[in-house]
Amino acid sequence: MKKRGAEILIEELKHLGVEVMFGIPGGQVIPLFDALYDSGMRFILTRHEQGAAHMADGYARATGKVGVCIATSGPGATNLVTGIATANFDSVPMVAITGQVKTGLIGNDAFQEADTTGITRSISKHNYLVRDVRDLARTVMEAFHIASTGRPGPVVVDLPVDVTTTECEYEGPGKAEMQLPGYRPSVTGNVRQIRLAADAINAAEKPVIYAGGGVIISGASELIGRLAHTAEIPVTTTLLGLGCFPETDPLSLKMLGMHGTPYANHAIQNADLIIAVGARFDDRVTGRLDSFAPHAKIIHIDVDPASISKSIQVDIPVVGDARHILDELLKSVKPAKHAAWLGQIDEWKGKYPLAYNRACTDGVMPQFVVEQIDAATDGKAIITTEVGQNQMWAAQWFRHSHPRHFISSGGLGTMGYGFPAAIGAQVGCPDAVVFDIAGDGSIQMNIQELATASYNKIPVKVAILNNGYLGMVRQWQELFYKKRYSATQLNGNPDFVKVAEAYGVLGIRVDKAEEVRPAIDRAIEHAGPVVLDFVVCPEENVFPMVPVGEAIDRMIGGLA
Amino acid sequence: MSEKNSTQKIHILSLMVVNRPGVLARVAGLFSSRGYNIDSLAVGETESPEMSRMTIAVHGDESILEQIRKQLAKLIDVVKIQDFSGRDYLQRDLMLIKVSATPAKRGEILQLTRVFEARIVDISVKHVTVEIAGPETKIDSFVELLRPYGIRELVRTGRIAMLRGMKEHTRQITRRV
Repeated sequence: MKKRGAEILIEELKHLGVEVMFGIPGGQVIPLFDALYDSGMRFILTRHEQGAAHMADGYARATGKVGVCIATSGPGATNLVTGIATANFDSVPMVAITGQVKTGLIGNDAFQEADTTGITRSISKHNYLVRDVRDLARTVMEAFHIASTGRPGPVVVDLPVDVTTTECEYEGPGKAEMQLPGYRPSVTGNVRQIRLAADAINAAEKPVIYAGGGVIISGASELIGRLAHTAEIPVTTTLLGLGCFPETDPLSLKMLGMHGTPYANHAIQNADLIIAVGARFDDRVTGRLDSFAPHAKIIHIDVDPASISKSIQVDIPVVGDARHILDELLKSVKPAKHAAWLGQIDEWKGKYPLAYNRACTDGVMPQFVVEQIDAATDGKAIITTEVGQNQMWAAQWFRHSHPRHFISSGGLGTMGYGFPAAIGAQVGCPDAVVFDIAGDGSIQMNIQELATASYNKIPVKVAILNNGYLGMVRQWQELFYKKRYSATQLNGNPDFVKVAEAYGVLGIRVDKAEEVRPAIDRAIEHAGPVVLDFVVCPEENVFPMVPVGEAIDRMIGGLA
Repeated sequence: MSEKNSTQKIHILSLMVVNRPGVLARVAGLFSSRGYNIDSLAVGETESPEMSRMTIAVHGDESILEQIRKQLAKLIDVVKIQDFSGRDYLQRDLMLIKVSATPAKRGEILQLTRVFEARIVDISVKHVTVEIAGPETKIDSFVELLRPYGIRELVRTGRIAMLRGMKEHTRQITRRV
């Protein structure tokens, strides 16, 4: 049977289980949107393509499914770029479909032409320019396969308009044969390496599990819990690993690194064994490399061979999927007790707890807001964040206990990510309570998506920690640049309550501590989206903090 | 080529890649975006029409080379990577070199050409153009010997390389060069 390219695309997407797509139409994708019109597929029209990319990303992180976004050629595609790079850095399965000028005009500087595959080459897992409609079905299948397997990531499929309008013989969805001779991600780990890892765990006296986003991606959170409890091993997580091990568990050390807990960092620096799972020894985690974990043997379990020994030389690398490897590993790990080690950790926990000045009266304390969101939702909310102080407070002061419930741009650090990501997460998890913990700077980078949330009745709650600054940069200026606040004061901020109302969204301003909890409760009860404008202590800092270039136990600040 | 210290060995990477548009840009882009230097790169067809062979000469210490190999392996279009360093392999550059040669000097140049098993491919009143293939060092020496005559123009391909076959056989039929 003959079908047009646009119809083939829609059939393949349906067959692959795509329920929803985010995006904006434009000249070169009109045929595609025409096929979408009566396809029965849900499409969410955003107000900016960057919003669409982050929504697809948030949807993917919250559900584990592949997120899909669509944009037109040229500016539509370039507006996706930040979103694609964000997903790539954090290993998020995503397929971005972009329009392109017709094949005969490519390279001709046609209207709204951009070299999308050239632009996205280094920020995507893979990309395609489909030049022949007969390659389309296969390409879509390959794109989804690549996006969702191995170390997941975004795949861009660039579709010239004539490819979507040309007909070709089509056998039906899922029938094409993938041609990926160069793509064979490792799944099962090397048996000998797994045995070495088990031996090291069984011999360790001061072990620490260092769990990253890969644990959540591979669905290995429960296995991390089993490993921790079998051999009595404390667990610290990276920012992206938050939620893979309940922070309410006595073995939890919460987050490590630059703004991690002092006890997590001390544990790493004093450990004799580090079991890194699905983490990549990012510079925000390790601090000064040559003094990271000086006494520890390191086991590194990761699906990406290129992450092994990239910055830190590891002793026992195991390449493969965390779930498979942990499953195998647990067969050889013996039950153990580490009373002395846990005693030492408890001492650190008692001596250096996370703390802030609860008596401060200069505005609401931002940490208190996060604590109250945690309390009001019993730690069950899906939290997305923007980037900066809001992100670190959200990481520190919420008791993260469920995988896929903390959604944040870790690697790229994209301001403007949290709000659209929250919309995507809410679309994927309609019954969840979803909070975007935002700053007044970040929220303005994608505030136009209030229209998307409002029109589609997507009931996300935006908690703006409004300090009138680009707060994290201001904090660095205060600590390391003699308080020379160069370009960090956000003069001209709008009235966020009025902005919300203008979009038909409930807006609530909170400037007293006692109003915090009632406002949060009201937001949760409200059936639609809500903007909470918390006027917070303007020069509050995120502590503790490891200055750049220091060892991670050289932390400054905080009340500890 | 930039300076190389003792830990910076030359590595010859031989890549089998899927013959698709953009694959050269992917490989070259990986080197530039991650700050690795390519000494030379040659791409050509192979015995199979779906595949191309890329021969890349790079230098760096072992940890950088390991990253390069791993990052290349992650590219979807890269099917196979071999690092020839430390193994027994053949390598060839091809060069065309045009030198000033008055009739009086032609004899000397012809002699050098014979010694190096090169070939004269063009002669004019004032110039001689020579074609030479061989390993990099041989070609470098040939250039140095021709330099005094005045090099007018020089073109070199990137290196291509191939592992030798089983040793017993190769001894009989190939000379080590």
